[in-house]
Amino acid sequence: MHYKQVMLFITGKAVKLATLLIAVSILSFFLISYSPIDPVQLYIGADMTRVSPEQRENIAEYWGLHESKPQQFINWGKAVLHGDFGTSLLYRSPVADVIAERFLASLALMVVAWLLSGVVGFLLGIIAGMRQGTWADHVIKGFCFTLASTPAFWLALLFLMTFSVWLGWFPVGLGTPAGVLAEDVTWVERLRHLVLPALTLSIAGVANVALHTREKLIEVLASEYIRFAKAKGEHGFVLVWRHGLRNISIPAVSLHFASFGELFGGAVLAEQVFSYPGLGQAIVQAGLGGDVPLLLGIVLFSAVFVFVGNVMADLLYQLIDPRMRRSGVQ
Amino acid sequence: MSMQRIDAYATPTKSNRSERQRAWTRIILALLLLAGIVVWALLINADNLKVNLEGRNTAPSLAHLFGTDWLGRDMFARTLKGLTLSLAVGMLAALSSTGIALFFSLLSSWNKWLDDMVTWVTDLFLSIPHIVTLILLSVAVGGGFKGVVVGLALTHWPRFTRLLRAEVLQVKEAEYVGVSRQLGRSRLWIARHHFLPHLFPHLLVGFLLLLPHAILHEAAITFLGFGFSTDTPAIGVILSESMSYLSTGLWWLAFFPGLALVIMVSIFELLGRSIRRLAETSSG
Amino acid sequence: MNLISSTRNTPLLEVKNFSLTFHSDRKDRQEPLTQVIRQFDITIREGEIMAVVGASGSGKSLLADAILGILPENATCKGMLHYKGEPLTEKRRKHLCGDQIMLIPQSLNALDPLMKTGKQVQTVMKGKGKKDGQRAVFRKVGLPDHVSNQYPFELSGGMARRVLIATAMVSNAHFIIADEATPGIDPHALGEMVTFIKHLAMEGKGVMFITHDIETALQVADKVAVFYAGETVEIANVEDFSGTGETLRHPYTKALWNSLPQNGFVPLEGHQPLADEKGKGCAFQPRCQRATDICLQKQPESRIVKAGMVRCFHA
Repeated sequence: MHYKQVMLFITGKAVKLATLLIAVSILSFFLISYSPIDPVQLYIGADMTRVSPEQRENIAEYWGLHESKPQQFINWGKAVLHGDFGTSLLYRSPVADVIAERFLASLALMVVAWLLSGVVGFLLGIIAGMRQGTWADHVIKGFCFTLASTPAFWLALLFLMTFSVWLGWFPVGLGTPAGVLAEDVTWVERLRHLVLPALTLSIAGVANVALHTREKLIEVLASEYIRFAKAKGEHGFVLVWRHGLRNISIPAVSLHFASFGELFGGAVLAEQVFSYPGLGQAIVQAGLGGDVPLLLGIVLFSAVFVFVGNVMADLLYQLIDPRMRRSGVQ
Repeated sequence: MSMQRIDAYATPTKSNRSERQRAWTRIILALLLLAGIVVWALLINADNLKVNLEGRNTAPSLAHLFGTDWLGRDMFARTLKGLTLSLAVGMLAALSSTGIALFFSLLSSWNKWLDDMVTWVTDLFLSIPHIVTLILLSVAVGGGFKGVVVGLALTHWPRFTRLLRAEVLQVKEAEYVGVSRQLGRSRLWIARHHFLPHLFPHLLVGFLLLLPHAILHEAAITFLGFGFSTDTPAIGVILSESMSYLSTGLWWLAFFPGLALVIMVSIFELLGRSIRRLAETSSG
Repeated sequence: MNLISSTRNTPLLEVKNFSLTFHSDRKDRQEPLTQVIRQFDITIREGEIMAVVGASGSGKSLLADAILGILPENATCKGMLHYKGEPLTEKRRKHLCGDQIMLIPQSLNALDPLMKTGKQVQTVMKGKGKKDGQRAVFRKVGLPDHVSNQYPFELSGGMARRVLIATAMVSNAHFIIADEATPGIDPHALGEMVTFIKHLAMEGKGVMFITHDIETALQVADKVAVFYAGETVEIANVEDFSGTGETLRHPYTKALWNSLPQNGFVPLEGHQPLADEKGKGCAFQPRCQRATDICLQKQPESRIVKAGMVRCFHA
């Protein structure tokens, strides 16, 4: 790629991200602001009886709840542009800090799951595609379709029951063991807590990749160039390796990057079941507890996360596929 | 592309007829199973749902196929009720999302500007993880039953809209539409007489394929605590409650209700796929 | 070049009474079988170009697949299929295809879109010096060196076609199948293709040229096999195609010849029967003006008439 094209690509994506974030913030801000949930009430919580009406007024005043909705939005937007997402009501610390900390935990989970489901799904897809119509294909297809109908959280519950309760291999719940300070948790301990949620998330992600890879491989195997390659005497594994893999891997990896949204959604559910202290758990708590600043922060963050995945998917085509690489960025 | 080579002379490997026959068998089987679930759920004696502290925490048996919970409620009855609830909510969500998708796809056939707007809004909705949108909408509406239904109804249209939009734009280019336009037919007339008949099979298949998604999302969002109140026997609620009893070994509280949900969703998946196949083989 | 005298007399390819049938891939069910090719006979010798002419949909492309052994799994072949005097078994095909037997496909999609052209051509070569050998052949067909490093999408149609021909040239193939199943190639490119194929035949290679277009066939071939509804109805010499076609043996061949613009432009009524429309009689009988009772009753056997093969009672 030429320098100019790179710049064009980056600028284009930056503009897209900016408009996207503006739209998402407007939409989510107004949705939340018309919510019947009273943030002051939620903030005060159980202390309700000990807080006088004047104090409530003060809190509302402090948060600027008396100003008009657009004005509130502008205030919030201005703060966000300065990197201030407000203070989480639940965690009593800056939203940005909460997101950063939580995201790191989720990231470990999602990276492991993403890689695992990608590799396993790709392999299953290739086996099914190469053996189309055989029992291996039927088994893999059936497995994937069933998986697609299985709620990730139920899968998580099954794992929890089998591996934690019944076999006792892994801890039940809680990212950090009770009574131990978060800083004192060893790496081994963390890893033990990571295994089951990551496994759940990986298995949940396999179906998509496998089915897509299978479709694509079948399409490629029926192509003219595979016919010609066969006529040239290539067969079996060499044939698939030489002509199949090249042609299916780009769309497969690209699709996998573009599925960051589902990955995030799966993480929300898996984290909930395993009490894993990640971003997914945080958004559930923020939603249930009316922690508006945190909720808005995570909504924006998740949009960026999905966007990054889509850009990676795009970039992959631009960098690897010669048809895109040599004919220039579109 | 590659199929061009295997031309008219080399007829397809499987004849269309047996393919269609098999699809029909699957459709009828799926419909019977679904009807069975609903009828059974309607016949359930309300007594089974009542608290019965004497028969608490019993493992599955002939009297209680799925066991009982910590209040002695029959889990089989609760599961069936939960399934029908999921089905009803799923239907409502899929129906309204289909409506939205249809509206947007017709809108995008109007002019370039509206088409761009529809595409933009679709992309916007797809840019946030689905579950995050559901949480957001649930909070906005104030949670509860209303939150789930509104959330599910308003979030399942984007991918379907993309599909329908492509179909509409394709029909719009068709010759007979051009002829109608030259004859001075109004846009609404064209939409009603050309677009809708063409879209109908897509709408049906799309609706059926949305259903399992909507049902799974209902269970998920309820499981997270945003949906139905805890006294409703929704699958999400049941599974969420079961979490407190897993460590004490009451595995049946989670196992059977979840399995039942998987089976129902699989049946819908199968139904949707079979009808799609039927639609494909009849048109091509 | 192979100059052992005994191989001079054995034909390169000998096909007799060959049939190709598709069956449903569910063996437990009694679904009707579809016979796509039946009673197919052809003999091709070294240095000879045999054109196989048939309308699109006559199953002629499947013929190439059958020889190359790349048919779908639900197809079965019967009859004799000999290469250099010995049956072309699955085992022999494994080292013959891509080495002694090569395909020149016409579809430009036959090139892997994600592999550099030079590399694609090198896959059929053996031993050392692949790169040099490939470049030499590229020059021979008029492709500049830098094309080796290009991907198929960067080539023009004509260049891609030359790459495909180069693939056949770098291999030491004795027998080449040129498959021109798809219509719509421009006359210039076609002329070029014809030149290259003639060149290959002059080197002593046997060529089977599959085409839908009788004019092209006459330009390139020594003999023409006419394919109708999965059967060879006639094998004629190129010289037989002259005048009003009185030297031609089969009514279908005559009809084909007379349907050409320069020969009166007489169209042939009706359509080729589909695989399941064929009766027990002659396949061409419903469209044949000379058809009699016997044509309805029996399938004609192949006969030699005027040094050509024909499958007609009235020839």
